[in-house]
Amino acid sequence: MTRVYASDLHVHTCLSPCADEEMSPRSIVRAAAEAALDIIAITDHNSGKNVSAVMEAAADDPLTVIPGMEVQCREEVHLLALFGSLEALEEWDAYIYEYLPDVRNDPAIFGHQPIVDTEGYVLRFEERLLINSLDLSVEEVVRGVGDRGGICIPAHVDREAFSIIGQLGYIPPELPIAAVEITGSQGGEVPEGYTVVTASDAHFLRDIGRKRTLFLLEAPTIAEIQQGLRGEGGRRVKRLS
Amino acid sequence: MKLTTLVEELALKVQTAQKGLGREVKGGYASDLLSDVMANSQEGDVWVTIQGHPNIVAVATLRDLAGIILANGRQPDAETLQRAEEEAMPLLCTSLPTFEVVGRLYRLGIHGRG
Repeated sequence: MTRVYASDLHVHTCLSPCADEEMSPRSIVRAAAEAALDIIAITDHNSGKNVSAVMEAAADDPLTVIPGMEVQCREEVHLLALFGSLEALEEWDAYIYEYLPDVRNDPAIFGHQPIVDTEGYVLRFEERLLINSLDLSVEEVVRGVGDRGGICIPAHVDREAFSIIGQLGYIPPELPIAAVEITGSQGGEVPEGYTVVTASDAHFLRDIGRKRTLFLLEAPTIAEIQQGLRGEGGRRVKRLS
Repeated sequence: MKLTTLVEELALKVQTAQKGLGREVKGGYASDLLSDVMANSQEGDVWVTIQGHPNIVAVATLRDLAGIILANGRQPDAETLQRAEEEAMPLLCTSLPTFEVVGRLYRLGIHGRG
């Protein structure tokens, strides 16, 4: 039996240097509940190290937290990588860290990169600059995420900066992506032949759920979302808002 | 000026499409955003970039560019090489950074076209 699930598949935490420091796990979960979301994906730049805290903060909530990451590949394309389990994300996180340039973050320029507990207390700082390109190609990223049971969605394809269309001119037709994400309210070309999702790309609490995708699913899992994106078995994207 | 002259003057390493080196270069364009190259490069330009993704070949072919110079020691992906060979698109590599490549091209008389 399917029902509607409201999702925001692109939410940053305070770990992303460009995100607000108020984006603590507890506050994100509260904001998601206030926005009447059923599913959020946590997608920090090139890191999954705050995901477990958000999942823990939501443990007693009806909210489903999908472990994810906003990956920046060599071509400077941003891709949402969404995984079926925290373990799969953490394995991916450890793998890509080897491909993240060893450049130190300067908090005065980029902002802090705190790894926090559920309440937002700083456990340590990620010292390597996260907003940088991995030394992996877009194909290597999509394949690597798929090998770990995850899915890839090129982010904000309606923008010029860091979008697959801006960087590469067009989407390589063989690239096995699950959908494309748009974050703008209008304008920007949407490529034909791809399932579209909308998400907030929230860097501030007030933006969580501002853009959302309503799915018809049987359960709030990545496998169901994958089916929904393909329109299989009665699952589908019901509405973008 | 022909591509082959640029190869000699800048000591570029020819990776693909040796036969295309006789092509006349009409101007130059430098950018790593392929959407920008699609919109603004002109037929006969030599294109300087550090983007090694296979899509560069399609964009250069679409715009009928004279050739691609891959700067800053960037290595093209294997598929980029294969496609460039198939499309007879000269792919020229150099360890020089983009700024240096463009400066030397300009000194040789290759200009941007607005």
